[in-house]
Amino acid sequence: MSVIAAPPPRRRWSRRLANAWPPALVLAVVVGLWAGVGALVHAASDVLPGPDLVVRSTWQDRSNLWPAAWTTTREAIFGILAAIVVAVVLAVAIDSSRTVRRSIYPLMVASQTLPIIALAPLVVIWFGFGPLPKIALVALFTFFAIAVGLVQGLASADVDATNLLRTMGASRLQLLLRVRVPSAIPQFFTGLKVAVTYSFVSAIVAEFVGAQQGLGVYMTTAKNAFRTDLVFGAVLVTAILTLLLFAIVTVLERLALPWRRPASATGTP
Amino acid sequence: MAPARERYGDAMSAGARLELRDLRKRFSQADGSALTVLDGVDLTAEPGEFVAVIGPSGCGKSTIFHILAGLEDASDGAVLIDGVQTPKRLGVCAFMPQRDGLLPWRRVIDNATIGLELAGVPRAQARERALPLLERFGLGEFARAWPWQLSGGMRQRAAFLRTVLMGKPAMLLDEPFGALDGITRGDLQQWLLDVWDEVGSTVVLITHDVPEAVFLADRVYVMSPRPGRIAAVVEIDLPRPRTLAIEESPQFAAYESRLRAALRGRTDPVDEPAAGTAGERP
Ligand SMILES: Nc1ncnc2c1ncn2[C@@H]1O[C@H](COP(=O)(O)OP(=O)(O)OP(=O)(O)O)[C@@H](O)[C@H]1O
Ligand SMILES: [Mg+2]
Repeated sequence: MSVIAAPPPRRRWSRRLANAWPPALVLAVVVGLWAGVGALVHAASDVLPGPDLVVRSTWQDRSNLWPAAWTTTREAIFGILAAIVVAVVLAVAIDSSRTVRRSIYPLMVASQTLPIIALAPLVVIWFGFGPLPKIALVALFTFFAIAVGLVQGLASADVDATNLLRTMGASRLQLLLRVRVPSAIPQFFTGLKVAVTYSFVSAIVAEFVGAQQGLGVYMTTAKNAFRTDLVFGAVLVTAILTLLLFAIVTVLERLALPWRRPASATGTP
Repeated sequence: MAPARERYGDAMSAGARLELRDLRKRFSQADGSALTVLDGVDLTAEPGEFVAVIGPSGCGKSTIFHILAGLEDASDGAVLIDGVQTPKRLGVCAFMPQRDGLLPWRRVIDNATIGLELAGVPRAQARERALPLLERFGLGEFARAWPWQLSGGMRQRAAFLRTVLMGKPAMLLDEPFGALDGITRGDLQQWLLDVWDEVGSTVVLITHDVPEAVFLADRVYVMSPRPGRIAAVVEIDLPRPRTLAIEESPQFAAYESRLRAALRGRTDPVDEPAAGTAGERP
């Protein structure tokens, strides 16, 4: 039996469409400008290939591009997963103990001031040319957003709810699992979405430094061969993959938070 | 309907005896000064009794509950449970906070059973116990709804169900029917009496509402404005079981005016023609 007053599906779809057309319009304008400028500087098509050329060349080169994209995708995803593990451990430790909070939180913030790009060569020296240094760098780039979201989310737990469970004799672990962690999930996903937008970029930067496979290698090779069309293609693929990952996280967020009151529902059923 | 109540029968043994002796509470404020909230409160709830506490906003009613439930320590004075000083009180009383305290990420049934879950009762068994009560509390259809889908009165019923299900010998209800309209309120009061009748546990109830205190309680403690003291204690000698019709009786009106006078700070009972006994304190 369902008591959930979900809006009828048609209305939901029309709302989604209504949300989708403004960015689509802007995108169309940008692509139009790109095509226009590309046509104007036609002679120098090496510098700014038009959209049609980019799509055509990229499609033709797909047998090289797909494996590269797949390698980078794997690095990005494993990097994010590693970042989640690190962030959860750090956030729970920071949340549970004031000593840990005072000693680790400043260092965690300070770690973000390190020029991580400059560290990349070192990481490659330590971990070799395989996927490991890329995963490590992605994790380094992205754990912070997730950890900060989690720390804030855990701290946002309702005092009244915590007190209520305390009067029921709840242990600290029970309070963590039944009040603090559920309270933190919305902000965890906010952090994760930020992290996801960095993930491909950081994997590619790591590949620039030294790799056998991946979009970073692909771009370097294309650039060295003056194939700007393929560089553009790889950039486009990166953007699409990042958006895909973002969309997956958004779906997971919705699945993880079925209890959230939909923004459209005002009043009680 | 509940069976006729045996006021001092076997059911009483299920309730705990709560006693506060000269309870004092000071909070230290941000500027370093101390805020005295409770300044010598004496209160007793005998096993199975229904006791109400009324008093102006900010006089320390909720603070009394926080101390009884073990969330706060007293600055001075004694808290006795079944005659024994009990410094570790968390988990002893079932506490219903002023805001309903429903966890937004748990369905109504899982909110209702959380106390049992924390006590280690297997989930299936906890649900089995909760379901018939949900039906009875008019929440059967909403067992799998999320808290935001409930109306204010339904939320309070769910929170009350959670409190009852814990099966504790004492229940502390902090304005359980606050912010409800008169009709809903009357229904819930009637139904609270029925439940109390069955479970036989001791109940302490905080309210702003004078008729509510008279209708429900065996004894009403009236508090002074902050710093909170007991300004008057009024025994309510109305027959049980009570129905809402009793509100029309002249004794009921007499108790009401007497409590209102005490709330206004006039504790002299001589000109109040109330029936029953009363103990007044300065
Ligand atoms: N943890 C605390 N720290 C400092 N002051 C507090 C704390 N808890 C309560 N107080 C103060 O104690 C006083 C009494 O609060 P309490 O919540 O007990 O009042 P109340 O009688 O329940 O009021 P109401 O009827 O409005 O719920 C208030 O002035 C409040 O500011
Ligand atoms: Mg209060």
